[in-house]
Amino acid sequence: MPKDHGIGASPKRREDVRFLTGNGNYTDDINIHGQAYVHFLRSDVAHGRINKVDTEAAAAMPGVVRVFTGADFEGMGGLPCGWQVTDKHGEVMQEPAHPVLAQGKVRHVGDPIAAVVAETYEQARDAAEAIEVDIEDLPAVVDMKAALQDGAPKVHDDLKNNLCYDWGFVEENKPAVDEAFDKAAHVTTLELVNQRLVANPMEPRVAVGDYNRSTDDSTLYTTSQNPHVIRLLMGAFVLGIPEHKLRVVAPDVGGGFGTKIFHYAEEAFCTYAARQLARPVKWTASRSEAFMSDAHGRDHVTKIELALDADNNFTALRTETYANMGAYLSTFAPSVPTWLHGTLMAGNYKTPLIYVNVKAVFTNTVPVDAYRGAGRPEATYQLERVIDKAARELGVDPIELRRQNFITEFPYATPVAVEYDTGDYNATMDKLLEMIDRDGFEARAEESKKRGKLRGLGVNCYIEACGIAPSNLVGQLGARAGLYESATVRVNATGGITVMTGSHSHGQGHETAFPQVIAEMLGIDESMVEIVHGDTSKVPMGMGTYGSRSLAVGGSAMVRATEKVINKAKKIAAHLLEASEADIELKDGAFSVAGTDKSVAWGDVTLAAYVPHNYPLEDIEPGLEETAFYDPSNFTYPAGAYACEIELDPETGKVTIESFAAADDFGNVVNPMIVSGQVHGGLAQGIGQALLEGAAYDENGQLLTGSYMDYAMPRADDMPFFEVDHSCQTPCTHNPLGVKGCGEAGAIGSPPAVVNAVVDALQRAGKTDVTHIDMPLSPSRVWAVMNG
Amino acid sequence: MTQLTMTVNGKAVSGDVEGRTLLVNFLRDTLRLTGTHVGCDTSQCGACVVHVNGQAVKACTMLALEAEGAEVATIEGQADADGSLNAIQQAFQDHHGLQCGFCTPGMVMSAAALLKENPKPTEAEVRDYLEGNICRCTGYHNIVKAIMAASGQDVGAIAAE
Repeated sequence: MPKDHGIGASPKRREDVRFLTGNGNYTDDINIHGQAYVHFLRSDVAHGRINKVDTEAAAAMPGVVRVFTGADFEGMGGLPCGWQVTDKHGEVMQEPAHPVLAQGKVRHVGDPIAAVVAETYEQARDAAEAIEVDIEDLPAVVDMKAALQDGAPKVHDDLKNNLCYDWGFVEENKPAVDEAFDKAAHVTTLELVNQRLVANPMEPRVAVGDYNRSTDDSTLYTTSQNPHVIRLLMGAFVLGIPEHKLRVVAPDVGGGFGTKIFHYAEEAFCTYAARQLARPVKWTASRSEAFMSDAHGRDHVTKIELALDADNNFTALRTETYANMGAYLSTFAPSVPTWLHGTLMAGNYKTPLIYVNVKAVFTNTVPVDAYRGAGRPEATYQLERVIDKAARELGVDPIELRRQNFITEFPYATPVAVEYDTGDYNATMDKLLEMIDRDGFEARAEESKKRGKLRGLGVNCYIEACGIAPSNLVGQLGARAGLYESATVRVNATGGITVMTGSHSHGQGHETAFPQVIAEMLGIDESMVEIVHGDTSKVPMGMGTYGSRSLAVGGSAMVRATEKVINKAKKIAAHLLEASEADIELKDGAFSVAGTDKSVAWGDVTLAAYVPHNYPLEDIEPGLEETAFYDPSNFTYPAGAYACEIELDPETGKVTIESFAAADDFGNVVNPMIVSGQVHGGLAQGIGQALLEGAAYDENGQLLTGSYMDYAMPRADDMPFFEVDHSCQTPCTHNPLGVKGCGEAGAIGSPPAVVNAVVDALQRAGKTDVTHIDMPLSPSRVWAVMNG
Repeated sequence: MTQLTMTVNGKAVSGDVEGRTLLVNFLRDTLRLTGTHVGCDTSQCGACVVHVNGQAVKACTMLALEAEGAEVATIEGQADADGSLNAIQQAFQDHHGLQCGFCTPGMVMSAAALLKENPKPTEAEVRDYLEGNICRCTGYHNIVKAIMAASGQDVGAIAAE
């Protein structure tokens, strides 16, 4: 019988009612009396020298308040980068300046040149067309390998070249890895592209800056996954506003998927302009603007080699990756191809020797940063594709080859610096095989064949790392931030609870799931718990929501704060019951004295805390509110096994997903309904990458996929109903809830399953020379491979 | 500026608009009905779907002045008379058919239009009808389930949880 409340139950989401009735409060729904509107004039060339920006005519246009250019920001800080990678020679990465508005040069299509503030949006846009811009075209670098050639045009004139860093991991292991390859019985090599994607949350980015002349306080309303991080980065590095004079609010946010982690120029601009003009300034991105200004994701080009011994044991792995940074370093960009990618190259396997090389490259393209999975999808894709290829070359079952090399004993220290605490990869594989009816595949393939179609089955595993931590470790790795989370549990006098969490919900259902945890701990009804998030003036501190960290890190902080509340409440209850604190038990929302029928209700204790007439004032203070900061001791390691069955129309090259099954181990699960929903969404983004999506540039750096007319977003009829399971649970050993995180798994695990399935279909049809097709597996690409 | 009058969710409304003002901007900016969202600028995403004289329309694709005298329905007017969620809205909540909520108003309005013309759609018909509504969160699994459930079909037998 499923639980109907607390941890493990699936109550309906309380946030749904406002969203379903049009009462959500998204940033673009916020309008402040007297606000002006800003429109950014953006570069339409990928690379050019700014000779002149003449704003005189624009400034005289109707309704224009003021026109800003890069000159207005000279001498101020630029947008900061939050992670400094040290390269294989021990040198720190090349870190270019990133001005709010372009200074001297434009470096990608979409780079903001000027900003027009006017009384209406239309006036701002009209006036922007009157700005006279003289830009001298410079040759653009788009291809990463070309960007590293001697004599290639430099994206940043003041850097040595276009190489951000050349990272080796673990550099000292390289000779041993190379030696293992020399001795290998078999080596499988695969070159592949993990293409550039655009995250595309359905809500475009919005920023509203406000300024209070009387108090000198600034407020920024913004579409962010982590308002406190924006407050710190923008205040300390860009505008020089101390945190106590700066409030950042991220209200209802319409999806993030990583791209709303970062601090963007438009946020700093609106906050700055509101101060300069002493009036609110609002910016709402159009979708076309989003395509050329939201940080993109992925964009890796990789060569991976897998060495095996004569018994098909993996003996070594070696990779060389080119990772596109785009024109500037977005907030966490350098960490993605390194610490979020290299550390996951062991996957689910006990490969003893691994060497990862990553060259991060500047090009004249939109900056690239974390997108759902961030580094881990890239690691999983190359590893699971090369294993599939190896199985085919060796003539062995791809599932058995995986099983033979599974890590089976935990904790397990990988050769790439991380230690997996728990897992059971055979259990998720067994569960997957229960779900997919592998034995029936041949009959289904035969049936497809009768209709002139090809059928393929792809299986793979994945592991990911969530809740990146601890802070002292990530500091050593180059993070310029801590990666803890905070929570304040405020028990009100009449017993209701307000929880201020540094996590941010933008679709994850925290307002429903977090109260389940508190209610379970206290034995009270979930409706007595309210979650407050997304406002730096209400929540003491927060690192936000990304990397599937909210429950594992933010939830743990909430548990710790609730434990402190319980400890204090027991002291109060002991006083009221005239008993020893050690004998007080909390159960079903009441405190009782062990072994007696004496008890006092939750509400009586909370009231006593705020009306302390009968209260141990000599021992404890009145009030019942506790704050905890939780800094995890390790990552968490969700893992699973995925299977995709496809049908391919050889006439057109069109691939159809016939079924998709996901068996995940997320550790303990608080709300199974929400977890399944997170997996569904991740699968759709991964399948979208495999079959449909891809940001494309031409050789001049023009963005060819600049709208939904050109960038293929997954639609309802591209997807099947999914089969998902999270009943295999090896709880995390180092956080109090035993949870691991579920937000990114679907996007990490699904692309290789799809590609493995398509290659399987082609191989079965006799196309034995087809061992790989680069994503997206569009009809034209598949057809070309079949007929090429 | 031109004076414009129409009926929105059963109430007579009016306002001054420019010739280039889109219906979605009139709803959001003039009437402050911010439940109708703008997710793109190429009429692809469907976050702005409303009903105009009973037809599902992308409100970003129609000039406000074209709706002069029309009966317009938005997400704000969909709940039952007592304020409780209507059958489609309730099915979306019951089946977790929304996450961030941004595409949801358009999805609900499209679903209402679909069920009006096809009261018992198949899975394929639902997926086909939603061609003009993009969701980035749900993978559509629970949206399709919710719409089929709202049509009275036993979705437990059709799709996994």
